[in-house]
Amino acid sequence: MTVTLDEVCVVALAEAFRGDGELLCNPMGPLPVIAGRLARASFEPDLMLTDTIAFAIEGNLPLGGDPSSAVIESYMPFRTVFDQVWSGKRHVLMGASQIDQYGNQNFAAIGSYRKPKAQLLGLRGAPGNLLNHPTTYWIPNQARAFCTSVDVVSAPGYDRIAQLPEASRKHFEIRRVVTDLGAYDFETEDRRMRVRSLHPEVTLEQAQEASAFELAVTGDVEESRLPSDEELRLIREVFDPNGVRKAEFR
Amino acid sequence: MADKRMTEEEVIGELRSGMTLGIGGWGSRRKPMSLVRAILRSDLRDLDIVSYGGPDVGILCASGRVRKLTYGFVSLDSIPLEPHFRLARQAGALDVSEMDEGAFYLGLMAAAHRVPFYPTRAGLGTAMMSENPDLKTVRSPYDDGEELVAVPAFQMDAVILHMNRADAKGNGQFLGPDLYFDDLFAMAGAKTFMSAEQIVPTDQFLSEGSVHTLRIPRSHVDGVVSAPNGAHFTECPPDYERDEPFQSEYAATARDPDAWEQFRKDWLELESHDDYVAKLNERRNK
Repeated sequence: MTVTLDEVCVVALAEAFRGDGELLCNPMGPLPVIAGRLARASFEPDLMLTDTIAFAIEGNLPLGGDPSSAVIESYMPFRTVFDQVWSGKRHVLMGASQIDQYGNQNFAAIGSYRKPKAQLLGLRGAPGNLLNHPTTYWIPNQARAFCTSVDVVSAPGYDRIAQLPEASRKHFEIRRVVTDLGAYDFETEDRRMRVRSLHPEVTLEQAQEASAFELAVTGDVEESRLPSDEELRLIREVFDPNGVRKAEFR
Repeated sequence: MADKRMTEEEVIGELRSGMTLGIGGWGSRRKPMSLVRAILRSDLRDLDIVSYGGPDVGILCASGRVRKLTYGFVSLDSIPLEPHFRLARQAGALDVSEMDEGAFYLGLMAAAHRVPFYPTRAGLGTAMMSENPDLKTVRSPYDDGEELVAVPAFQMDAVILHMNRADAKGNGQFLGPDLYFDDLFAMAGAKTFMSAEQIVPTDQFLSEGSVHTLRIPRSHVDGVVSAPNGAHFTECPPDYERDEPFQSEYAATARDPDAWEQFRKDWLELESHDDYVAKLNERRNK
Protein backbone atom coordinates (compact mmCIF):
# COMPACT_ATOMS: atom_id res chain seq x y z
CA MET A 1 0.00 0.00 0.00
CA THR A 2 1.35 3.41 -0.95
CA VAL A 3 0.95 5.95 1.81
CA THR A 4 -0.20 9.34 0.54
CA LEU A 5 0.59 12.83 1.84
CA ASP A 6 -2.85 13.37 3.38
CA GLU A 7 -2.37 10.23 5.47
CA VAL A 8 1.05 11.35 6.68
CA CYS A 9 -0.51 14.67 7.68
CA VAL A 10 -3.33 12.94 9.55
CA VAL A 11 -0.80 10.94 11.56
CA ALA A 12 1.38 14.00 12.26
CA LEU A 13 -1.70 15.82 13.59
CA ALA A 14 -2.80 12.82 15.62
CA GLU A 15 0.68 12.70 17.17
CA ALA A 16 0.07 16.19 18.63
CA PHE A 17 -2.43 14.58 21.03
CA ARG A 18 -0.05 11.92 22.35
CA GLY A 19 0.03 12.09 26.14
CA ASP A 20 -3.10 14.25 26.46
CA GLY A 21 -5.06 11.68 28.48
CA GLU A 22 -8.62 12.78 29.17
CA LEU A 23 -8.50 16.17 27.47
CA LEU A 24 -11.33 17.12 25.13
CA CYS A 25 -9.73 16.78 21.70
CA ASN A 26 -11.47 19.46 19.62
CA PRO A 27 -10.49 19.41 15.94
CA MET A 28 -11.92 21.93 13.44
CA GLY A 29 -12.36 20.78 9.82
CA PRO A 30 -12.43 17.39 8.09
CA LEU A 31 -8.78 16.34 8.12
CA PRO A 32 -8.29 17.45 11.76
CA VAL A 33 -11.42 15.53 12.80
CA ILE A 34 -9.97 12.37 11.22
CA ALA A 35 -6.70 13.02 13.05
CA GLY A 36 -8.39 13.43 16.44
CA ARG A 37 -10.44 10.29 16.00
CA LEU A 38 -7.37 8.38 14.82
CA ALA A 39 -5.37 9.49 17.88
CA ARG A 40 -8.00 8.00 20.18
CA ALA A 41 -8.44 4.83 18.16
CA SER A 42 -4.71 4.27 17.80
CA PHE A 43 -2.70 5.35 20.86
CA GLU A 44 -4.52 7.87 23.10
CA PRO A 45 -7.63 5.95 24.21
CA ASP A 46 -8.76 8.29 27.00
CA LEU A 47 -9.30 11.38 24.81
CA MET A 48 -12.80 12.84 24.72
CA LEU A 49 -14.24 13.65 21.28
CA THR A 50 -17.49 15.21 20.11
CA ASP A 51 -19.81 14.41 17.23
CA THR A 52 -19.13 18.06 16.19
CA ILE A 53 -22.71 18.89 17.27
CA ALA A 54 -23.39 18.80 21.00
CA PHE A 55 -22.36 15.41 22.34
CA ALA A 56 -19.21 13.69 23.51
CA ILE A 57 -19.27 10.25 21.92
CA GLU A 58 -17.60 6.89 22.24
CA GLY A 59 -16.34 4.75 19.37
CA ASN A 60 -15.07 5.41 15.87
CA LEU A 61 -17.62 7.63 14.15
CA PRO A 62 -16.83 8.11 10.43
CA LEU A 63 -16.43 11.64 9.08
CA GLY A 64 -19.94 12.91 8.38
CA GLY A 65 -21.33 9.70 9.87
CA ASP A 66 -24.71 9.60 11.56
CA PRO A 67 -24.08 10.80 15.13
CA SER A 68 -27.23 9.07 16.35
CA SER A 69 -25.48 5.76 15.75
CA ALA A 70 -22.83 6.67 18.34
CA VAL A 71 -22.91 6.07 22.08
CA ILE A 72 -23.19 9.42 23.85
CA GLU A 73 -21.02 9.65 26.96
CA SER A 74 -21.58 13.31 27.85
CA TYR A 75 -23.46 16.44 26.84
CA MET A 76 -21.26 19.09 25.23
CA PRO A 77 -23.35 22.07 24.02
CA PHE A 78 -21.41 25.22 23.11
CA ARG A 79 -21.72 26.65 26.61
CA THR A 80 -20.08 23.57 28.09
CA VAL A 81 -17.35 23.73 25.45
CA PHE A 82 -16.49 27.26 26.61
CA ASP A 83 -16.50 26.11 30.23
CA GLN A 84 -14.21 23.28 29.13
CA VAL A 85 -11.90 25.84 27.42
CA TRP A 86 -11.57 27.92 30.57
CA SER A 87 -11.10 24.87 32.78
CA GLY A 88 -8.14 23.91 30.59
CA LYS A 89 -9.25 20.33 29.84
CA ARG A 90 -9.08 20.82 26.08
CA HIS A 91 -6.65 20.75 23.15
CA VAL A 92 -7.87 22.51 20.03
CA LEU A 93 -6.75 21.77 16.48
CA MET A 94 -7.55 24.68 14.17
CA GLY A 95 -6.41 26.36 10.98
CA ALA A 96 -4.30 29.42 10.19
CA SER A 97 -4.37 31.61 7.10
CA GLN A 98 -1.12 33.24 8.25
CA ILE A 99 1.42 32.29 10.91
CA ASP A 100 4.77 33.83 11.78
CA GLN A 101 7.95 32.45 13.34
CA TYR A 102 6.69 32.88 16.93
CA GLY A 103 3.31 31.34 16.18
CA ASN A 104 1.23 34.51 15.94
CA GLN A 105 -1.76 33.32 13.93
CA ASN A 106 -4.35 35.00 11.72
CA PHE A 107 -7.54 33.64 10.27
CA ALA A 108 -9.52 36.82 10.94
CA ALA A 109 -8.87 39.10 7.98
CA ILE A 110 -6.32 40.06 5.32
CA GLY A 111 -5.30 43.70 5.13
CA SER A 112 -6.31 46.15 7.82
CA TYR A 113 -8.65 45.07 10.57
CA ARG A 114 -10.87 48.15 10.21
CA LYS A 115 -11.37 47.76 6.48
CA PRO A 116 -10.13 44.33 5.46
CA LYS A 117 -9.15 43.54 1.92
CA ALA A 118 -10.60 40.12 2.65
CA GLN A 119 -12.72 39.31 5.66
CA LEU A 120 -11.92 35.75 6.71
CA LEU A 121 -13.37 33.77 9.63
CA GLY A 122 -12.84 36.47 12.24
CA LEU A 123 -11.30 35.93 15.66
CA ARG A 124 -13.71 33.07 16.48
CA GLY A 125 -12.56 31.29 19.68
CA ALA A 126 -8.85 31.72 18.98
CA PRO A 127 -8.08 34.39 21.61
CA GLY A 128 -9.54 32.29 24.41
CA ASN A 129 -8.14 29.00 23.20
CA LEU A 130 -4.51 30.11 23.30
CA LEU A 131 -4.68 31.64 26.77
CA ASN A 132 -6.34 28.59 28.30
CA HIS A 133 -5.09 25.29 26.85
CA PRO A 134 -2.85 23.66 24.22
CA THR A 135 -3.36 24.53 20.55
CA THR A 136 -2.20 22.79 17.38
CA TYR A 137 -2.44 24.29 13.89
CA TRP A 138 -3.19 22.55 10.62
CA ILE A 139 -1.99 24.36 7.49
CA PRO A 140 -2.51 22.50 4.19
CA ASN A 141 -0.48 25.05 2.21
CA GLN A 142 2.65 26.11 4.06
CA ALA A 143 4.03 28.38 1.36
CA ARG A 144 0.92 30.53 1.47
CA ALA A 145 0.73 30.79 5.28
CA PHE A 146 4.27 31.05 6.71
CA CYS A 147 4.83 34.82 6.72
CA THR A 148 7.09 37.42 8.32
CA SER A 149 4.22 39.07 10.17
CA VAL A 150 0.49 38.44 10.33
CA ASP A 151 -2.01 41.11 9.26
CA VAL A 152 -4.29 40.57 12.26
CA VAL A 153 -3.42 38.69 15.45
CA SER A 154 -6.31 36.33 16.12
CA ALA A 155 -4.13 34.18 18.36
CA PRO A 156 -0.90 35.29 20.03
CA GLY A 157 2.50 33.71 19.50
CA TYR A 158 5.36 33.23 21.95
CA ASP A 159 6.84 36.74 21.50
CA ARG A 160 3.54 38.46 22.30
CA ILE A 161 2.84 36.11 25.17
CA ALA A 162 6.28 36.87 26.63
CA GLN A 163 5.16 40.47 27.07
CA LEU A 164 2.24 39.45 29.26
CA PRO A 165 2.51 38.83 33.01
CA GLU A 166 3.24 35.27 34.18
CA ALA A 167 -0.36 34.74 35.30
CA SER A 168 -1.68 35.42 31.81
CA ARG A 169 0.66 33.05 30.03
CA LYS A 170 0.74 30.07 32.37
CA HIS A 171 -1.63 27.93 30.26
CA PHE A 172 -0.25 28.97 26.86
CA GLU A 173 1.15 26.26 24.61
CA ILE A 174 1.35 25.93 20.84
CA ARG A 175 1.93 22.20 20.72
CA ARG A 176 2.51 21.69 17.04
CA VAL A 177 2.13 23.19 13.57
CA VAL A 178 1.54 20.61 10.86
CA THR A 179 1.69 21.55 7.17
CA ASP A 180 1.78 19.82 3.80
CA LEU A 181 5.56 19.72 4.17
CA GLY A 182 6.30 18.85 7.77
CA ALA A 183 5.62 19.15 11.48
CA TYR A 184 6.96 22.03 13.55
CA ASP A 185 7.15 22.94 17.23
CA PHE A 186 8.53 25.78 19.36
CA GLU A 187 10.96 23.79 21.47
CA THR A 188 13.79 26.27 20.99
CA GLU A 189 15.35 28.61 23.54
CA ASP A 190 14.01 31.73 21.87
CA ARG A 191 10.70 30.04 21.07
CA ARG A 192 11.06 30.31 17.32
CA MET A 193 9.39 27.71 15.14
CA ARG A 194 11.54 24.61 14.72
CA VAL A 195 11.43 21.80 12.21
CA ARG A 196 10.34 18.72 14.13
CA SER A 197 9.96 16.36 11.19
CA LEU A 198 9.59 16.56 7.43
CA HIS A 199 7.19 14.47 5.42
CA PRO A 200 8.67 11.79 3.13
CA GLU A 201 10.63 13.17 0.17
CA VAL A 202 10.52 16.76 1.50
CA THR A 203 13.95 18.34 1.90
CA LEU A 204 14.92 21.01 4.39
CA GLU A 205 15.60 23.32 1.46
CA GLN A 206 12.06 22.84 0.16
CA ALA A 207 10.59 23.49 3.60
CA GLN A 208 12.70 26.64 3.98
CA GLU A 209 11.78 27.74 0.47
CA ALA A 210 8.12 27.57 1.50
CA SER A 211 8.61 29.87 4.49
CA ALA A 212 9.06 33.65 4.63
CA PHE A 213 10.96 33.31 7.92
CA GLU A 214 14.00 31.25 8.86
CA LEU A 215 13.05 27.85 10.22
CA ALA A 216 15.00 26.80 13.31
CA VAL A 217 16.75 23.45 13.09
CA THR A 218 18.27 21.57 16.00
CA GLY A 219 20.16 18.36 15.31
CA ASP A 220 19.12 15.90 12.64
CA VAL A 221 15.67 16.40 11.15
CA GLU A 222 13.58 13.26 11.26
CA GLU A 223 11.14 11.98 8.70
CA SER A 224 7.48 12.23 9.77
CA ARG A 225 6.17 8.94 11.09
CA LEU A 226 4.25 6.83 8.57
CA PRO A 227 0.89 5.39 9.53
CA SER A 228 0.88 1.79 10.74
CA ASP A 229 -1.16 -0.72 8.74
CA GLU A 230 -3.90 -0.51 11.33
CA GLU A 231 -3.88 3.30 11.21
CA LEU A 232 -4.12 3.21 7.42
CA ARG A 233 -7.08 0.86 7.66
CA LEU A 234 -8.78 3.17 10.17
CA ILE A 235 -8.22 6.25 7.99
CA ARG A 236 -9.24 4.64 4.70
CA GLU A 237 -11.97 2.27 5.73
CA VAL A 238 -13.43 3.60 8.96
CA PHE A 239 -13.03 7.36 9.33
CA ASP A 240 -12.93 8.63 5.75
CA PRO A 241 -13.89 6.01 3.15
CA ASN A 242 -14.90 8.77 0.70
CA GLY A 243 -11.49 10.46 0.78
CA VAL A 244 -12.83 13.86 1.89
CA ARG A 245 -9.41 14.54 3.46
CA LYS A 246 -7.77 14.80 0.03
CA ALA A 247 -9.83 17.86 -0.89
CA GLU A 248 -7.90 20.02 1.57
CA PHE A 249 -4.80 20.18 -0.60
CA ARG A 250 -5.46 22.74 -3.28
CA MET B 1 -52.14 35.42 33.94
CA ALA B 2 -51.25 37.73 31.07
CA ASP B 3 -51.65 36.39 27.56
CA LYS B 4 -48.46 37.58 25.86
CA ARG B 5 -49.29 36.50 22.32
CA MET B 6 -48.45 39.15 19.73
CA THR B 7 -47.94 39.43 15.98
CA GLU B 8 -44.61 40.16 14.29
CA GLU B 9 -45.91 43.66 13.51
CA GLU B 10 -46.73 44.28 17.17
CA VAL B 11 -43.20 43.30 18.14
CA ILE B 12 -41.77 45.72 15.60
CA GLY B 13 -44.02 48.40 17.11
CA GLU B 14 -42.07 47.98 20.36
CA LEU B 15 -38.72 48.65 18.66
CA ARG B 16 -37.12 52.00 17.80
CA SER B 17 -34.37 53.12 15.44
CA GLY B 18 -31.02 53.42 17.23
CA MET B 19 -31.87 50.65 19.70
CA THR B 20 -29.50 47.92 20.76
CA LEU B 21 -31.12 44.68 19.63
CA GLY B 22 -29.95 41.21 20.68
CA ILE B 23 -30.73 38.25 18.41
CA GLY B 24 -30.70 34.71 19.81
CA GLY B 25 -29.64 31.50 18.09
CA TRP B 26 -26.19 30.65 16.76
CA GLY B 27 -24.85 31.04 13.21
CA SER B 28 -27.45 29.56 10.86
CA ARG B 29 -29.27 27.80 13.71
CA ARG B 30 -32.65 28.59 15.27
CA LYS B 31 -32.65 32.27 14.29
CA PRO B 32 -35.85 34.35 14.66
CA MET B 33 -36.00 34.95 10.92
CA SER B 34 -39.69 35.92 10.71
CA LEU B 35 -38.94 38.78 13.12
CA VAL B 36 -35.80 39.75 11.19
CA ARG B 37 -37.89 39.97 8.02
CA ALA B 38 -40.47 42.05 9.90
CA ILE B 39 -37.67 44.54 10.64
CA LEU B 40 -37.06 44.80 6.89
CA ARG B 41 -40.73 45.73 6.39
CA SER B 42 -40.37 48.56 8.92
CA ASP B 43 -38.36 51.77 8.80
CA LEU B 44 -36.11 50.76 11.72
CA ARG B 45 -32.53 51.94 11.15
CA ASP B 46 -29.19 52.46 12.90
CA LEU B 47 -29.60 49.33 14.97
CA ASP B 48 -26.84 48.14 17.27
CA ILE B 49 -26.99 44.39 16.81
CA VAL B 50 -25.67 41.85 19.33
CA SER B 51 -25.50 38.32 17.94
CA TYR B 52 -23.71 35.04 17.46
CA GLY B 53 -24.32 36.00 13.89
CA GLY B 54 -25.72 34.13 10.93
CA PRO B 55 -28.02 35.24 8.11
CA ASP B 56 -29.80 37.55 10.59
CA VAL B 57 -26.68 39.71 10.60
CA GLY B 58 -25.98 39.30 6.88
CA ILE B 59 -29.50 40.30 5.86
CA LEU B 60 -29.65 43.29 8.20
CA CYS B 61 -26.20 44.47 7.03
CA ALA B 62 -27.10 44.08 3.36
CA SER B 63 -30.31 46.04 3.98
CA GLY B 64 -28.44 48.92 5.58
CA ARG B 65 -30.11 48.58 9.00
CA VAL B 66 -27.00 48.08 11.13
CA ARG B 67 -24.98 50.87 12.74
CA LYS B 68 -22.86 48.77 15.05
CA LEU B 69 -22.32 45.05 15.43
CA THR B 70 -21.22 43.25 18.60
CA TYR B 71 -20.48 39.65 17.68
CA GLY B 72 -18.65 36.45 18.47
CA PHE B 73 -18.62 35.37 14.81
CA VAL B 74 -20.84 35.61 11.73
CA SER B 75 -21.20 32.32 9.84
CA LEU B 76 -23.70 30.24 7.89
CA ASP B 77 -22.16 27.04 9.35
CA SER B 78 -22.23 24.96 6.16
CA ILE B 79 -20.87 28.08 4.42
CA PRO B 80 -18.17 29.26 6.85
CA LEU B 81 -18.13 32.93 5.80
CA GLU B 82 -21.39 34.91 5.83
CA PRO B 83 -21.05 36.57 2.41
CA HIS B 84 -23.16 39.68 3.06
CA PHE B 85 -21.41 40.33 6.37
CA ARG B 86 -18.15 39.89 4.51
CA LEU B 87 -19.11 42.57 1.99
CA ALA B 88 -20.13 44.97 4.78
CA ARG B 89 -16.81 44.45 6.57
CA GLN B 90 -14.78 44.90 3.38
CA ALA B 91 -16.65 48.12 2.64
CA GLY B 92 -15.49 49.36 6.05
CA ALA B 93 -19.05 50.48 6.68
CA LEU B 94 -19.64 48.71 9.94
CA ASP B 95 -18.71 49.80 13.45
CA VAL B 96 -17.69 46.52 15.04
CA SER B 97 -17.02 45.13 18.49
CA GLU B 98 -15.71 41.63 17.86
CA MET B 99 -15.42 39.27 20.81
CA ASP B 100 -13.80 35.94 21.29
CA GLU B 101 -16.73 33.49 21.10
CA GLY B 102 -16.44 32.58 24.76
CA ALA B 103 -15.96 36.19 25.85
CA PHE B 104 -19.24 36.97 24.07
CA TYR B 105 -20.97 34.49 26.40
CA LEU B 106 -19.56 36.44 29.37
CA GLY B 107 -20.91 39.73 28.00
CA LEU B 108 -24.36 38.17 27.79
CA MET B 109 -24.04 36.70 31.25
CA ALA B 110 -22.89 40.00 32.76
CA ALA B 111 -25.95 41.72 31.31
CA ALA B 112 -28.25 38.91 32.48
CA HIS B 113 -26.78 39.14 36.00
CA ARG B 114 -26.77 42.96 36.03
CA VAL B 115 -23.07 43.28 36.81
CA PRO B 116 -20.82 45.60 34.76
CA PHE B 117 -18.47 42.91 33.44
CA TYR B 118 -17.13 39.38 33.77
CA PRO B 119 -13.38 38.74 33.71
CA THR B 120 -11.53 36.39 31.38
CA ARG B 121 -8.07 35.85 29.93
CA ALA B 122 -9.51 35.57 26.43
CA GLY B 123 -8.38 38.45 24.24
CA LEU B 124 -5.05 39.35 25.87
CA GLY B 125 -2.31 39.78 23.28
CA THR B 126 -4.72 39.71 20.31
CA ALA B 127 -6.59 42.02 17.94
CA MET B 128 -9.67 41.66 20.13
CA MET B 129 -8.03 44.14 22.53
CA SER B 130 -5.74 46.12 20.24
CA GLU B 131 -8.50 46.88 17.70
CA ASN B 132 -11.26 47.63 20.19
CA PRO B 133 -10.76 50.82 22.21
CA ASP B 134 -13.92 50.10 24.23
CA LEU B 135 -12.50 46.99 25.87
CA LYS B 136 -10.62 47.43 29.12
CA THR B 137 -8.79 45.21 31.58
CA VAL B 138 -9.30 44.85 35.32
CA ARG B 139 -6.89 43.82 38.06
CA SER B 140 -7.83 41.10 40.52
CA PRO B 141 -8.27 42.62 44.02
CA TYR B 142 -6.88 39.40 45.57
CA ASP B 143 -3.27 38.46 46.25
CA ASP B 144 -2.69 37.15 42.69
CA GLY B 145 -3.25 40.65 41.26
CA GLU B 146 -3.85 39.16 37.82
CA GLU B 147 -4.87 41.48 35.01
CA LEU B 148 -7.86 40.20 33.06
CA VAL B 149 -10.07 41.35 30.22
CA ALA B 150 -13.29 42.88 31.61
CA VAL B 151 -15.94 41.86 29.10
CA PRO B 152 -18.61 44.54 29.45
CA ALA B 153 -22.26 43.66 29.97
CA PHE B 154 -24.11 43.72 26.65
CA GLN B 155 -26.95 46.05 27.61
CA MET B 156 -29.78 45.39 25.17
CA ASP B 157 -32.96 47.43 24.75
CA ALA B 158 -34.69 44.46 23.18
CA VAL B 159 -34.00 40.85 22.34
CA ILE B 160 -35.62 38.59 19.75
CA LEU B 161 -35.22 34.81 19.78
CA HIS B 162 -36.90 31.68 18.42
CA MET B 163 -37.89 28.54 20.32
CA ASN B 164 -39.43 25.23 19.31
CA ARG B 165 -42.35 25.60 21.71
CA ALA B 166 -43.79 28.33 23.91
CA ASP B 167 -46.91 28.84 25.93
CA ALA B 168 -49.05 31.97 25.83
CA LYS B 169 -47.60 33.08 29.17
CA GLY B 170 -44.09 33.30 27.74
CA ASN B 171 -42.40 30.09 28.88
CA GLY B 172 -40.13 28.71 26.18
CA GLN B 173 -38.88 25.23 25.30
CA PHE B 174 -35.98 24.15 23.08
CA LEU B 175 -36.16 20.64 21.66
CA GLY B 176 -32.95 20.58 19.60
CA PRO B 177 -29.46 19.59 20.71
CA ASP B 178 -28.37 23.01 22.03
CA LEU B 179 -30.06 25.94 23.75
CA TYR B 180 -27.08 28.11 22.70
CA PHE B 181 -27.27 31.24 24.89
CA ASP B 182 -30.91 32.13 24.45
CA ASP B 183 -31.71 32.01 28.18
CA LEU B 184 -29.03 34.63 28.80
CA PHE B 185 -30.28 36.72 25.88
CA ALA B 186 -33.81 36.55 27.35
CA MET B 187 -32.60 37.65 30.78
CA ALA B 188 -30.34 40.37 29.40
CA GLY B 189 -32.93 42.09 27.21
CA ALA B 190 -34.80 45.02 28.73
CA LYS B 191 -37.63 43.59 26.64
CA THR B 192 -37.63 40.11 25.15
CA PHE B 193 -39.79 38.85 22.31
CA MET B 194 -39.87 35.14 21.58
CA SER B 195 -41.24 33.52 18.45
CA ALA B 196 -41.94 29.79 18.48
CA GLU B 197 -42.77 27.00 16.05
CA GLN B 198 -45.87 26.25 18.07
CA ILE B 199 -47.66 27.82 20.97
CA VAL B 200 -48.94 25.00 23.14
CA PRO B 201 -50.86 24.65 26.40
CA THR B 202 -48.41 24.67 29.31
CA ASP B 203 -49.33 21.13 30.31
CA GLN B 204 -48.16 19.83 26.90
CA PHE B 205 -44.49 20.81 27.26
CA LEU B 206 -43.39 17.55 28.87
CA SER B 207 -45.02 15.42 26.18
CA GLU B 208 -42.23 16.49 23.81
CA GLY B 209 -39.15 17.03 25.96
CA SER B 210 -37.78 16.49 29.45
CA VAL B 211 -37.88 19.19 32.15
CA HIS B 212 -34.33 20.10 31.09
CA THR B 213 -35.68 21.61 27.88
CA LEU B 214 -37.74 24.23 29.75
CA ARG B 215 -35.07 26.89 29.83
CA ILE B 216 -36.83 30.18 29.06
CA PRO B 217 -38.92 31.25 32.08
CA ARG B 218 -41.83 33.61 31.40
CA SER B 219 -40.54 36.28 33.83
CA HIS B 220 -38.02 37.22 31.14
CA VAL B 221 -40.40 37.26 28.20
CA ASP B 222 -42.61 40.18 27.18
CA GLY B 223 -44.16 38.85 24.01
CA VAL B 224 -44.74 35.53 22.26
CA VAL B 225 -45.21 35.18 18.51
CA SER B 226 -46.59 32.10 16.80
CA ALA B 227 -44.24 31.49 13.86
CA PRO B 228 -44.27 28.04 12.29
CA ASN B 229 -41.18 27.84 10.03
CA GLY B 230 -40.12 31.02 11.82
CA ALA B 231 -36.44 30.10 11.73
CA HIS B 232 -36.36 29.16 8.04
CA PHE B 233 -33.88 28.89 6.29
CA THR B 234 -31.80 28.33 9.41
CA GLU B 235 -32.14 24.98 11.16
CA CYS B 236 -34.65 24.35 13.92
CA PRO B 237 -34.39 20.68 14.86
CA PRO B 238 -36.31 18.52 15.50
CA ASP B 239 -38.96 20.59 13.65
CA TYR B 240 -36.78 20.97 10.54
CA GLU B 241 -33.20 20.98 9.32
CA ARG B 242 -31.48 23.87 7.58
CA ASP B 243 -32.78 24.51 4.04
CA GLU B 244 -29.37 24.20 2.37
CA PRO B 245 -30.47 24.87 -1.23
CA PHE B 246 -32.28 28.01 -0.06
CA GLN B 247 -29.27 29.10 1.97
CA SER B 248 -26.99 28.59 -1.04
CA GLU B 249 -29.27 30.79 -3.14
CA TYR B 250 -29.19 33.44 -0.44
CA ALA B 251 -25.39 33.26 -0.21
CA ALA B 252 -25.00 33.55 -3.98
CA THR B 253 -26.85 36.89 -3.98
CA ALA B 254 -23.79 38.50 -2.39
CA ARG B 255 -21.97 38.13 -5.71
CA ASP B 256 -24.60 39.97 -7.73
CA PRO B 257 -26.50 43.13 -6.66
CA ASP B 258 -29.35 42.35 -9.08
CA ALA B 259 -29.75 38.86 -7.63
CA TRP B 260 -29.84 40.38 -4.15
CA GLU B 261 -32.57 42.85 -5.18
CA GLN B 262 -34.56 40.00 -6.67
CA PHE B 263 -34.09 37.81 -3.57
CA ARG B 264 -35.19 40.71 -1.37
CA LYS B 265 -38.35 41.20 -3.37
CA ASP B 266 -39.08 37.50 -3.64
CA TRP B 267 -38.43 36.48 -0.06
CA LEU B 268 -37.61 39.25 2.36
CA GLU B 269 -40.18 41.91 1.64
CA LEU B 270 -43.34 39.81 1.58
CA GLU B 271 -46.20 41.35 3.48
CA SER B 272 -46.39 38.79 6.23
CA HIS B 273 -44.85 35.63 7.59
CA ASP B 274 -47.95 33.76 6.41
CA ASP B 275 -47.21 34.90 2.84
CA TYR B 276 -43.63 33.71 3.26
CA VAL B 277 -44.72 30.27 4.43
CA ALA B 278 -47.26 30.01 1.62
CA LYS B 279 -44.58 30.88 -0.93
CA LEU B 280 -42.22 28.40 0.67
CA ASN B 281 -44.81 25.64 0.37
CA GLU B 282 -45.30 26.53 -3.28
CA ARG B 283 -41.57 26.24 -3.86
CA ARG B 284 -41.46 22.89 -2.10
CA ASN B 285 -44.34 21.49 -4.13
CA LYS B 286 -42.74 22.42 -7.42
